[in-house]
Amino acid sequence: MSGAFRTASGGRIDRTQPILFGFDGRAMTGFRGDTLASALLANGVHLVGRSFKYHRPRGIVAAGSEEPNALVTVDRGGGRLTPNLRATQLELRRDLKATSQNRFPSLDFDIGAVNNLFSPLFSAGFYYKTFMWPASFWKHVYEPLIRSAAGLGRAPTEPDPDRYLHRYAHCDVLVIGAGPAGLAAALAAAETGARVILCDEQSEPGGSLLAETEARIEGRPAAEWAAGVARALAGQDRVTVLPRTTAFGWFPDNLIGLAERVTDHQDRPDPRLPRERLWQVRAREVVIAAGAIERPLVFPGNDRPGVMLADAGRIYANRYGVRVGDRAVIATAGDSGYRAALALLGAGATIAAIADLREDPAGAAVEAARQAGIAIRPGTAIAGSRGGHRVTEASLRRIGGSDRVERLDCDVLLMSGGFTPAVHMFSQSRGRLRFDAALQAFLPGKSAARERSAGACNGRFDLEGCLDEGFTAGAAAAKAAGCGSPRTRRFARAGAVPAPGGFLGAVPGTGKGKAFVDFQNDVTAKDLQLATREGFRSIEHVKRYTTTGMATDQGKTSNMNALAIVAGALDRPIPEVGLTTFRMPYTPVTFGTIAGASRGMLFDPLRHTPIHDWASEHGAVFEDVGNWKRARYFPRSGEDMHQAVARECTAVRMAAGMFDASTLGKIEVVGPDAATFLERMYTNAWARLAPGRLRYGLMLNEAGFIMDDGVIARLAPDRFHVTTTTGGAPGVLNHMEDYLQTEFTDLKVWLTSITEQYAVIAVQGPRAREIIAPLVEGIDLSPAAMPHMSVQTGQICGVATRLFRVSFTGELGFEINVPADHGRAVWEAVLQAGAAYGIVPYGTEAMHVLRAEKGYIIVGQETDGTVTPADAGLDWAIGKAKKDFVGKRSLSRPDIVAPGRKQLVGLLTHSPQEVLEEGAQLVADPHAEIPMRMIGHVTSSYHSAALGRSIALALVADGRSLLGQTLYVPMPDRMIAVTLVAPVFYDQEGRRLDG
Amino acid sequence: MLLIPCPHCGARPENEFRNAGEAHIARPAEADDAAWADYLYMRTNPKGVFIERWRHIHGCGRFFNCVRHTVTDRIIATYKAGDPRPSLDVLRAWSEHAR
Ligand SMILES: [Zn+2]
Repeated sequence: MSGAFRTASGGRIDRTQPILFGFDGRAMTGFRGDTLASALLANGVHLVGRSFKYHRPRGIVAAGSEEPNALVTVDRGGGRLTPNLRATQLELRRDLKATSQNRFPSLDFDIGAVNNLFSPLFSAGFYYKTFMWPASFWKHVYEPLIRSAAGLGRAPTEPDPDRYLHRYAHCDVLVIGAGPAGLAAALAAAETGARVILCDEQSEPGGSLLAETEARIEGRPAAEWAAGVARALAGQDRVTVLPRTTAFGWFPDNLIGLAERVTDHQDRPDPRLPRERLWQVRAREVVIAAGAIERPLVFPGNDRPGVMLADAGRIYANRYGVRVGDRAVIATAGDSGYRAALALLGAGATIAAIADLREDPAGAAVEAARQAGIAIRPGTAIAGSRGGHRVTEASLRRIGGSDRVERLDCDVLLMSGGFTPAVHMFSQSRGRLRFDAALQAFLPGKSAARERSAGACNGRFDLEGCLDEGFTAGAAAAKAAGCGSPRTRRFARAGAVPAPGGFLGAVPGTGKGKAFVDFQNDVTAKDLQLATREGFRSIEHVKRYTTTGMATDQGKTSNMNALAIVAGALDRPIPEVGLTTFRMPYTPVTFGTIAGASRGMLFDPLRHTPIHDWASEHGAVFEDVGNWKRARYFPRSGEDMHQAVARECTAVRMAAGMFDASTLGKIEVVGPDAATFLERMYTNAWARLAPGRLRYGLMLNEAGFIMDDGVIARLAPDRFHVTTTTGGAPGVLNHMEDYLQTEFTDLKVWLTSITEQYAVIAVQGPRAREIIAPLVEGIDLSPAAMPHMSVQTGQICGVATRLFRVSFTGELGFEINVPADHGRAVWEAVLQAGAAYGIVPYGTEAMHVLRAEKGYIIVGQETDGTVTPADAGLDWAIGKAKKDFVGKRSLSRPDIVAPGRKQLVGLLTHSPQEVLEEGAQLVADPHAEIPMRMIGHVTSSYHSAALGRSIALALVADGRSLLGQTLYVPMPDRMIAVTLVAPVFYDQEGRRLDG
Repeated sequence: MLLIPCPHCGARPENEFRNAGEAHIARPAEADDAAWADYLYMRTNPKGVFIERWRHIHGCGRFFNCVRHTVTDRIIATYKAGDPRPSLDVLRAWSEHAR
């Protein structure tokens, strides 16, 4: 009932639990313990996808994460759509719905397969050759063409409703891989009391032992031993065993990224659990026991469905009880083919023949095959295959013999070019690889991180060697982590020892047809050879030109064959050609896992002022300023922004307005040397500023350019309340700390950010004093006692306040600083008290207009990091008598004092209702040839209600000498004439400051 | 992510810190235009052993100096701001011998 190709017994599947699943809409049955791949194979399904470029039919090649072909899309409903999952890693669960990819309209009949006929177009570098010219073709012809013809699964279109979490962990020893070497390493490390994390990408620990039928360890069948060891380890407090967890990335100082798949395998995912978890593990020591990956043989037609890796055939038989075919031809370069043959024979298949590239195959596995009566063809290469949606015939040819080929019928063709150690994590850790000539493999060489490799990834392929090397590595890691040593332990074991052997590159003496090296990116041996003929020498260049190894599998099965083919074509030894870089992730990681909880509202921190909720309740439209949400304007019903801003501005000029200025940065500067410190950090003079007074402060960076500004209050001889711009606050504090800690270390000063401790309510307008007067206690508001630019402490609405008399509008104004928790209450009290006077709340947009009418700059709008105080017309803020301040020396640099610098000016458009675009350029001659010489740009531009016309500020080269002259703002459809004026448009004498 | 040993707090992950550029660049009391331009803009940017400043901004808040190898990213030593500059020759020799 669960497939015609299921064996009668055996395997690690639970035959009492049949599971119904769907593939491309077809219902099938598998068992608990199956992967999607094993369940499909049990139902006789090999064809699972179409290839990337040629749309060739493709089947399952491997049994693990190295699978290049069998990529599927799984839809779990409700937006839970995941493309590009490897069927070989996808655990079967109830109602799993998977679909094949990259085919249209169906897997059996695919229109894109015509690409196969045009394949000369798609040879090495086809992207570069075919889609070169003309450039205008890119947008409308080439890109849509490439996108429709190529590509893997489709990205989901709905938001992902699942949860993903991040976890941080520390351990003494992290063991990557829970095969024999990894389990032994974890045992050794755990025995010393070390904190151990053991992770493995498979559904259960055991690695290669899960497909062992003969080997025994410490008297027990290998798989049973593995399960027992894993259970015992997981039962220890200081050990964490993580199945379904891929170590995908290695970051500096032994920070390893693990991706844990938590619920995808569950029939009904536990809603309390995240779908996936990202572990960031800081490990003192790491043992890499990542195993090895079998290599395909490169021969024509090696990509037909039914052509598989030999060890995958063995794993499907032994671990899943699946016969991958009824009649197998096996092409091998080593023992793996023989082990697979015996396993298939045991599963009920016929073995047509084993073609062995070796002249004199010998050893236990070969002997066992011979005894079983399997036909062995030594010194024989696989020359090609035939078949449509499934291989039907394999042809063999004697190496060095005649052209005669032997054709054998088959429905499965198993291949083995030997094993490639999985050195990915070692290489990611920046360790240097060395080429082992005997093994024909790159192995871990000189370490760069605190790690060691053990087992097959270190070139040990025999079980005993893996166990011993793993145990030794685990013990050494624990010792290096300072955890002592375990007792020595030898793992008594029984079973065959495989002989090493392998083949790299293209199988010799093969016929015509495409011999694929990289299945996922459809790169053939010919493509690589062509690339070298076209002059590519560096393997990194060949890789990019041919795209070999650049697919989502990063060439796990292809890189070594590609390297050998390139080395052969260049006639250079493999180590000289060198490997391409291994990059994270080892296997693809979902965006969800990387994002974790950082999405939606939690994507970035949001900062709300104490008055935010009031503003929100009263219809404010907000804008983002840094992380802050600031009320931009408060539209009344039927008002657009322009109308609301005009009304708010008029209220401030005619009566009063109130503004939430809580986002202003606030730093308390305290200490006996506080005034001296400010003398050095700001351009202005502070020493003689009396307590109770305010002063505008201008901060430069050391290069002399304006960095920040703000009003500073002297509360006491040794205490200043410094305000900064909203966006500049963290940078200003960092800048101050830098000088305090590293340059002016003689000063006794303490800096404290108090931005969030205070709510700030600006009350501005001719009626401001009358409005707040009844709310204030202990403060004399009279102009004599509290003139412009002064500060008093007292109470407002019963709350302690630092009350500033200051104006950023040109009107009589106050800024009420109160503890943040009382901000909203005071705001509402002021609003109520001001109602009779016509007070209105105004937002940042009106604030911008009001200050621009007065020519007050905004740092970051009128300045861009290249504007000096003189450029901005702020010379008056420089304490001329001061010996030093940050930036002073730069103000006399030749290019700072040279003529031609851009200076702040005002602009009036000749047509008064025309509002310029901020950022627009200014030119002197509207008829000049394009490109015109640009002599300045608009920094601020608004409609001014008070003036009944537009106003703008601009930076113009030598602008102050051009006042009264006409310049032009070129726009795509017209030329706008403007007159340069002084940058103060309203109340030039400043009479309104006193109400 | 680097593990940076703050001389005041001990080893902490890199995201608690902010890099603050090359270390031991003293602010000159007097400088002609060329020397001042050097101070403002010229940095050594070596391939190899480099002394730079970090601030433990999400920790103790202190600036300190750090010797890092710019090729391997390995941190060789950290020390407090104001401590004397170590000999680059010694550091280079040390880093050659370190694994
Ligand atoms: Zn610290």
